[in-house]
Amino acid sequence: MNSSVIVFPGSNCDRDIAVALERMQFKNKMVWHKDTTLPKSDLIVIPGGFSYGDYLRSGAIAGKSLIVSEIIKAANSGCLILGICNGFQILTETGLLKGTLLRNKNLKFISKDVNIKVINNETKFTSKYNSNQILKINIAHNEGNYFTKENHLEELNKENLIAFKYCDEKGVVNDRSNPNGALKNIAGIFNAKKNILGMMPHPERMIDKMISNTDGINLFSSLISK
Amino acid sequence: MKYSITVTLKKDVLDPQGKVVENTLKNMGLNSLKSVRQGKYFEIEVEEKNEKVADKEVTQMCEKLLANLIIEDYKINKL
Repeated sequence: MNSSVIVFPGSNCDRDIAVALERMQFKNKMVWHKDTTLPKSDLIVIPGGFSYGDYLRSGAIAGKSLIVSEIIKAANSGCLILGICNGFQILTETGLLKGTLLRNKNLKFISKDVNIKVINNETKFTSKYNSNQILKINIAHNEGNYFTKENHLEELNKENLIAFKYCDEKGVVNDRSNPNGALKNIAGIFNAKKNILGMMPHPERMIDKMISNTDGINLFSSLISK
Repeated sequence: MKYSITVTLKKDVLDPQGKVVENTLKNMGLNSLKSVRQGKYFEIEVEEKNEKVADKEVTQMCEKLLANLIIEDYKINKL
């Protein structure tokens, strides 16, 4: 499979995701945000970081960059799109995913490993996970507090578009296991066609036992075997 | 033409920064304070001489970039 990682000024997880993709046998290319064409891609990843220093709103400036119109075209023709952390924020700013990410409720930058639960494992991104499987994945963000309108929340529930929810190690989803105040503990969502996933946790940081754990691997192995 | 634009969070969206400023002001003994909402302020100058066209363009600037309409409201003032 061919993948492309979009690089903005201020992206800082672009290399990590490239390492993860290459380890999982993707043929990966890095794409600069000013490029106007995308290489042939089955998967486009918008990585984490602080694109444009989070000026105006996280992801707002990157969401208007030149390459974005190509990403939107690719998304509409069914290409898989994965936005991690700042990538999730950028996807909401482009309109490819609905809702937005507000400042963390406690006003603190949170960097720690948290538990998340796989809510929908019947997608190209999550098929190698079990339903309700509990993962331990790192988060590192200031604006991860997912918010959306009431009617979209209904759609998320009804159409099974919630990918992950924050939980405790036993899988309990409540306010205590919610690190950032996100609506209904939402950590990641799909679009209606389920070819776009935006998530705040960093699966690319969880692919090697030496430095963390391997809970992120199945996301990439789901994609490669789709 | 010159405009000023303020962008604030909608009423039903939690504004944790505003809340902290509010609590701090109260802690400073400024007891008449009722509430604080924090926002952003822009000053914008456009070359367009036709007022209607300029107004329309500034509205577009607000809706397409300056404000995220899911969570924010904007107000445009002419300077």
